[in-house]
Amino acid sequence: MELEPVDQKLLDGGFGAASAHAMALLVRYGEVFGAERFISVNSAHIDGCLYHGPSSIDFVRRFVDLGGRVRVPTTLNVAAVDVVHPGWHQGPPDLLPEQALLTALHEELGCVATLTCAPYQRMLRPRFGEHIAWAESNAIAFANSVLGGRTDRYGDFTDLCAALTGRVPYVGLHRTENRRATLVVHVPDVEDTGLARDLYFAAMGYVLGSRSTDHVPVMIGLPADASEDELKALGACAASAGAIALFHAVGITPEAETLAHAAGGADMDLTEIAVSADDLRAAVRSLCPLREGEQVAALCLGTPHFSISEFENLARVVDGRRAAAGVEVYVSTSREIAAHVEQAPDLAPVLAFGANLVVDTCTYLAPVVRETTGAIVTNSGKWAHYGPGNLRRRVGLMSLEDCVRSAETGRVAAT
Amino acid sequence: MNFTALKPLSPGTARGPIARLSAPLSLWGGLDLDDGTICDVNHPQCGQSLSGKVLAMRAARGSSSSSSALVEAARRSVAPCAIILVRPDPILVIGSLVAADLYGIQIPIILVTDKQWETLPSNGAAVVEASEETGRVRFLS
Repeated sequence: MELEPVDQKLLDGGFGAASAHAMALLVRYGEVFGAERFISVNSAHIDGCLYHGPSSIDFVRRFVDLGGRVRVPTTLNVAAVDVVHPGWHQGPPDLLPEQALLTALHEELGCVATLTCAPYQRMLRPRFGEHIAWAESNAIAFANSVLGGRTDRYGDFTDLCAALTGRVPYVGLHRTENRRATLVVHVPDVEDTGLARDLYFAAMGYVLGSRSTDHVPVMIGLPADASEDELKALGACAASAGAIALFHAVGITPEAETLAHAAGGADMDLTEIAVSADDLRAAVRSLCPLREGEQVAALCLGTPHFSISEFENLARVVDGRRAAAGVEVYVSTSREIAAHVEQAPDLAPVLAFGANLVVDTCTYLAPVVRETTGAIVTNSGKWAHYGPGNLRRRVGLMSLEDCVRSAETGRVAAT
Repeated sequence: MNFTALKPLSPGTARGPIARLSAPLSLWGGLDLDDGTICDVNHPQCGQSLSGKVLAMRAARGSSSSSSALVEAARRSVAPCAIILVRPDPILVIGSLVAADLYGIQIPIILVTDKQWETLPSNGAAVVEASEETGRVRFLS
């Protein structure tokens, strides 16, 4: 590996002992993947701020003790609890102070406590072609695919090392040749599936993730008017169901004006697969094992964190409606967007419906649902994928309208 | 049967029963950190313990928190003792490096080829040895 003077200076402690320790880990990491050199990144997004146990604190404290300071703008992903609403926390009581300590240690290093999994919605929008070091699988997929930023699949530890050095090995999705599509995926029309649009994008992401292992997929036939919210949902599902960190969609995403553009040439010999309407309906069925009429404990939305436009849509859907007594409604979002929702007159129907705005975390990992019997409904494929394992609950993926109908009656609606 | 001259991703030596998964697993959200069993209800091997096992899977998948899940599982002594992959996974590699750095627990990670994967046994035990330069797996009958 060829180290530039700045890399050597980092390694030698010229930027402090914490950066030196971080650089040593990154060099090991880079060597494993045969990196030839390092490049600079313009931002970092840290997932290691989610408390998993004492090891989370042990890792960060080492850098704090060494006097570390991040060298690029650095945002924090979600935490394990909503410290703004400690009364909602249903998990072990120790988690609150432990998470608060973990967040504070990151702030000591200079990270900004954004505590959102969707920093790209308002806080940090990477420019096309800009190198970044992001963690959190949905944020990675969105930054790469929808914005054309360049991040590899950083995870806990490497994300903070990148922030403390501003450097990453030049491997993976930082390199143009690794961003080219290698698998063509023909997708069905929304109308042919009979699915609501939100379910269509969730299911498409789920099938894409399952079928594209080892590939950079390019979709042909996705609706040309796909919104950022819809691509966010698709990417989050694809990243959950498979390790998809980059997808293209011809005519929609910035590195796929045409198929040839996405593939890096017109004469590329690409594998092609077709996803059928049946495949998408089967994916929805697999993520919704609930029976019609089954008791509903809660409706959970906002995985990834709800955007303002998603709140606007929700306000239209729930206008004049009210969740049944005993059905809890949670929408996960950032503190900043929650503050907007709480004072925006046109979003009042969301709160009138009975929604609680969960911030700093997400209901699929933080135990906030109090009602212990009954199913949880969601229109998030990522929630439906991870929720059953994380929370040991019965979970069903449904369209937003069906979720709202289920919450209104307290019984799983017919779909 | 042995596999030799394998590509090492993280060094160490470990011995344990083989847990060969038929589908990729995300350790975060997929591994119960209390007892080291697979808790992803969509996973074909849900309920199987990976604690002290030689975990073999074609690829990892899902969350970027899997590195933390691996380190925390190691701290609680419920982690796999070694990992065999076909497709290199940076998230698991950094987890292994940090487990060694913070707690001195080595979880070697090595790569096998597609062809070797096809013949990899789904039961019995194995010894995984990985140095900086090379790796090998010895299957114990």
